[in-house]
Amino acid sequence: MTTEALTAPGKAATPSAPGRKRTRPWGQVASQAFLITASVLWLLPIAFALYVAVRPYSDTRKYGYVSLPHHLTLKNFSDAWTQSDMLHFFWNSVLITVPAVIIVLALASGVAFVLTRVDVKFNVALLILFTAGNLLPQQVIITPLYRLYLKITLPHFVSDSGLMYNSIFGLIAINVAFQLGFCVFVLSNYMKSVPEEMYEAALVDGASLWTRFWRLTIPLCRPALAALATLLTTWIYNDFFWAITLMSSGDKRPVTSALANLQGQFVSNQNLIAAAAMIAAVPTLVVYILLQKQFIAGLSLGASKG
Amino acid sequence: MSSTSHVDTAAAAQDGAPAPASRRRRGVRRLSLRDRIAVALLLGIPLLLDLAFVWFPAIGTALLSFTKWNGVGSLHTETCKPNVPSILNNGCWYGVQNYHQAATIYPEFWPAVRHNLIWLAVFVLIATPLGMLFAVLIDRGIRGSRMYQSILFLPVMLSLALVGIIWEFMYSQNYGLINTVIGRTSDSNAIDWLGNPHLNLWSVLVEATWRQSGYVMVLYLAGLKAVDPTLREAALMDGANAWQTFWRVIFPVMKPINIVVMVVTVIESLRAFDLVYITNKGINGLELLSVLVTSNIVGETQRVGFGSALGVVLLIISLVPISVFLYQTFRREEAS
Repeated sequence: MTTEALTAPGKAATPSAPGRKRTRPWGQVASQAFLITASVLWLLPIAFALYVAVRPYSDTRKYGYVSLPHHLTLKNFSDAWTQSDMLHFFWNSVLITVPAVIIVLALASGVAFVLTRVDVKFNVALLILFTAGNLLPQQVIITPLYRLYLKITLPHFVSDSGLMYNSIFGLIAINVAFQLGFCVFVLSNYMKSVPEEMYEAALVDGASLWTRFWRLTIPLCRPALAALATLLTTWIYNDFFWAITLMSSGDKRPVTSALANLQGQFVSNQNLIAAAAMIAAVPTLVVYILLQKQFIAGLSLGASKG
Repeated sequence: MSSTSHVDTAAAAQDGAPAPASRRRRGVRRLSLRDRIAVALLLGIPLLLDLAFVWFPAIGTALLSFTKWNGVGSLHTETCKPNVPSILNNGCWYGVQNYHQAATIYPEFWPAVRHNLIWLAVFVLIATPLGMLFAVLIDRGIRGSRMYQSILFLPVMLSLALVGIIWEFMYSQNYGLINTVIGRTSDSNAIDWLGNPHLNLWSVLVEATWRQSGYVMVLYLAGLKAVDPTLREAALMDGANAWQTFWRVIFPVMKPINIVVMVVTVIESLRAFDLVYITNKGINGLELLSVLVTSNIVGETQRVGFGSALGVVLLIISLVPISVFLYQTFRREEAS
């Protein structure tokens, strides 16, 4: 025991802190050392990119990227913002993510309600159909989907390309269709936990199916819906594949996939790329900091009912 | 909305309101017309969407994989004629020729399969155990566990495209952090982490593991929370050490979560695309099946049938974990 105490003197002073589970001190020290090392390694790439972003180009060119800072500046952020028209790409992301999240949740809760509360004969089969659809790799469906998107015409006020392809509407549709399965799975598990007596009471009161869905079930599912909303916002905002394959023109793409173009645009100025990358990360980081609990609850909902 | 409640009173009354307590679900036939319309809308619209944009294309991939088609002109059922210029042989039935060509003369195919398998192996052997270890240590409630959890989970919030860009500053040949620290930035001895085809897959896998293990960690944390704490107490009372307690008591109880993690691991390694695409568009050592599928349909030369055949390969592999997961999840419900 003494040797371990010597190698990590800071921790040896509190070997039997109250409230700890019965782990031996050396186990504590090793765990702490491991987690501290991992945390440093996990933060390092992000911290380094941030460090590059806050240093002026002239500084890093003169001293190299791995050097002490001579000047720190936020100018890279404002330059990246204006020169790459990031506001425009952010707006595209908003136009895709917000409707998609709302529509997925609305549709999925309807399906989950019907599949858990009404006997439509093929309940389990339908649940499997939805769940399995979400598990397919995107590349399995992209080839026919791409052809389909080139075939479906849309009125010009919905899509200026006149097609599903290369339209914000098309991206919303595929994100909705693809995420439906996961949400149906999670919400139906959640709805199963609502006691049947509540529905019997509602029936006695003469509540219609729609009332039982909208007035009774949806309010009860609010925690699950909040958790899913944060999860979906991140997933759809972070989507890269659909936007790369189903959108031809860079100017309609959401910010995540537009980053690939920005990389080419700023190829000579890495500091600007770093700044642009950090700006693009802000929305998900805000979600993370403010709604971490809901986000992790959403993942747990999907996982705990295996 | 409030008007609906008394409009349907009559329907509910003739429904026989005090239903037997044992009946869990109410059959469609016992619903009023109004309710049946609601069911049709609530179920029908999402079902159509799912069928049209997910299942129809999935079946389409399987069918198209037996054709030869460049995407222009129409498809027909005639068999492709051998020894005819491909311009005349379009939209025709090609049998298993696409699969045969992929396996024999398409140079990127086997490297891509190998890379996907390596990807899977790294996720199974490194990312998953690492995530599990994080979860177990954090779950034991050691000091600062919430902070560790937040930090280790941070990369999962970032899109893979962003992960790729962030890591380029680590890996860059001349100015990257790694080469600077190990002193190999001059042109003669610099290590090209992302350019060297023998090295870049492993470099990208470090990025992927960096993100994946945080994901696995959270899934296991959810699973560990569900483990009854008295189980652990009982094991400790019986004199089991932490190692034995975990493998003999906790791990078996987490079986459902292990299946979820297994599915996530396999599917994520088949889906892997963003990281290699942002790094070098998936060439020169970073070929993956997903990249080949994409490049055959949205590239300059469109080989719809051939790309579909590659998609079917992905589909067949992914059906294994999907079936296991569905079987484990829905077995009980089918029985009840």
